[in-house]
Amino acid sequence: MSETKALESMIGEEYKYGFTTDVEYEEFPKGLNEDIIRELSHRKNEPEWMTEFRLKAYRHWLEMEEPSWFNATYEKPDFNNIQYYSSPKQKEQKESLDEVDPKIRETYEKLGIPLEEQKMLSGVAVDAVFDSVSIFTTFKEKLAEAGVIFCPISEAIQKYPDLVKKYMGSVVPAGDNFYAALNSAVFSDGSFCYVPKDTISPMELSTYFRINNMDSGQFERTLIIAEENSYVSYLEGCTAPMYDKNQLHAAVVELIAMDNAEIKYSTIQNWYSGDEEGKGGIYNFVTKRGMCKGDNSKISWTQLETGSAVTLKYPSVVLKGDNSIGEFYSVAVTSKKQQADTGTKMIHIGKNTKSTIISKGISAGQSNNSYRGEVKFSKKADNARNYSQCDSMLIGQECGAHTFPYIESSNPTGQVEHEATTSRVGEDQLFYMQQRGLSEDDAVSMIVNGFCKEVLKELPMEFAVEANKLLDIKLEGSVG
Amino acid sequence: MLEIKNLHAIVEEEGTEILKGVNLTVNKGEVHAIMGPNGSGKSTLSKVVAGHPAYEVTEGEVLFEGEDILELDPDERAHLGIFLAFQYPVEVPGVSNKRLLRESYNTVAEKRGREELDPLQFEDYVRERLELVEMDPKLLERSVNAGFSGGEKKRNEIFQMAVLDPKLSFLDETDSGLDIDALKIVANGINHIADDDNGVVLVTHYQRILDYIEPDIVHVMINGQIVKSGDKDLAIKLEEEGYDWLQPKAQVNGELK
Repeated sequence: MSETKALESMIGEEYKYGFTTDVEYEEFPKGLNEDIIRELSHRKNEPEWMTEFRLKAYRHWLEMEEPSWFNATYEKPDFNNIQYYSSPKQKEQKESLDEVDPKIRETYEKLGIPLEEQKMLSGVAVDAVFDSVSIFTTFKEKLAEAGVIFCPISEAIQKYPDLVKKYMGSVVPAGDNFYAALNSAVFSDGSFCYVPKDTISPMELSTYFRINNMDSGQFERTLIIAEENSYVSYLEGCTAPMYDKNQLHAAVVELIAMDNAEIKYSTIQNWYSGDEEGKGGIYNFVTKRGMCKGDNSKISWTQLETGSAVTLKYPSVVLKGDNSIGEFYSVAVTSKKQQADTGTKMIHIGKNTKSTIISKGISAGQSNNSYRGEVKFSKKADNARNYSQCDSMLIGQECGAHTFPYIESSNPTGQVEHEATTSRVGEDQLFYMQQRGLSEDDAVSMIVNGFCKEVLKELPMEFAVEANKLLDIKLEGSVG
Repeated sequence: MLEIKNLHAIVEEEGTEILKGVNLTVNKGEVHAIMGPNGSGKSTLSKVVAGHPAYEVTEGEVLFEGEDILELDPDERAHLGIFLAFQYPVEVPGVSNKRLLRESYNTVAEKRGREELDPLQFEDYVRERLELVEMDPKLLERSVNAGFSGGEKKRNEIFQMAVLDPKLSFLDETDSGLDIDALKIVANGINHIADDDNGVVLVTHYQRILDYIEPDIVHVMINGQIVKSGDKDLAIKLEEEGYDWLQPKAQVNGELK
């Protein structure tokens, strides 16, 4: 038996979040047209401008082509066979936890997200999105005291229409790309966060996304605004049940940082990735972009991507303010037949802007893992600097790793440094460590953790443990 | 302590037989030297004893303290106290030398019923062991063997041996690539570790290291078999006359490449 096979069997750990929750849904027809969008908007009791925003986006979308420039192949979603709104039957936002369907609460408990505030040791405020609808936001009051608004975006549309109207679509315009346009037309819920001037958010904010219903797509929308001299750290986590059908997840996240503001956005993505044959799993087609609008502002993306059948995702930063900073720290793990094409864009517009990209790709099984990144220095971006490091690690013989860096500089004072490495976890490395007494699992875990540690240390402390566990689960299994 | 009986092994991928009936017994407190020309199977023998997955044993037995170890994984053999100093130590980027060693030490300690050490205790213990091989403490913080010179890698192997304190050590050409000063230091370290309770098998091309580590028994391996054993005078004779005088005997037993 070859070592490679043993290694591959280690990656095949069963998906632990693959259960479904039996709840009743509010019926909504499949397919998409203007009437559906009007109905969706109507059910959510949205103001006219919001309905118009959606319709405009839909009309854009109709004229757009589904992209195919990425390094992944899959069966295109049938957009007329998706349910664009799926809501567990209940009143939408609960005033007290007791009102939430116990089955849904149980789901979140199984996922390890206790909604009950007394159980929350780490002081993390959680917004939980179940299929399309936000179920409950914890720690609302404590946040309100500090002046931080953290609520479902559907609620923000009602309560803070001026803020939403001003900023939604300002970073990712409705017609930005095919999936962003679709999201803008049909987004159902998501999180909204507003941190006022001179405020440091008193706790980590967190959203947990869960797709439960088989035929529904999830199109959540997140909008975070950090005013002058403010700071917020935000984390999202994602899981889904196991279905042998592909499900579409097309989110849009927009971040806006004003002068001296900092937003730290972390993701632990563990959507269901499909089975050994590549059947089922989530299509994770997400547009995430941050705007460093003010001088000296900073936006930092950290992601640990382990799930999804296909991932197309490029969290980006537009560095508009002078001296602003953009960061992208990523670990993307693919196994079985997963395909990931992920990376970032750093668009330097302001003077003395700096960006750092650290990307770690780990491919195992028969998966395909690509890094795609763009660094752009515009004419006015004097003294802009970028440092990019893209490392790939291969486990086994049948997987692929690819790096596609694009650099475009229209300013001669800019400096770009790019480093890339590819390594393979070899039989000899494992034998060496085993000879020193470590089990094969521990040896793989140590090598992988060593490979990723630069990125993992960027995760908020409360989640670093979870991240390490997830990596171990993903890469551990029966040793042959 | 170690009994190898009629051991045959092939390279799993291509099926070539490398070991063709090796017999070897190592007792507690003994130092053995295995010499022989390139390609005779010396390195393979040490890897097979340690459980390298690239080789398959087709016949024979390897008993360690009376227990057949051939079905054990490499880590389980390490837990019993078997150590291999690699001819070409492997680089493990991202994993610090110290971290690997502490995990190794504590894993092995647990299995051998010794006390595990916390990071501070381990630090003290390691510092003391470093002196045995006069190794630069900075190398502890670096990734395992990454960017080490050839000599540093070899010294690191003996340092690991000193830390893990194995019962039986195979040292696979630890002397090659060392200058004379480094060789003395490494040999000195090995002499310190070797005592009445453990066994050492030196696999080497040259008699040179045997000037510093006196073997109890010298074996000559040719074409996958141990063809002659003797005292240290045998090593001196080999140095002077080469292996040719031993070849005909090997040919009797089978084909010689």
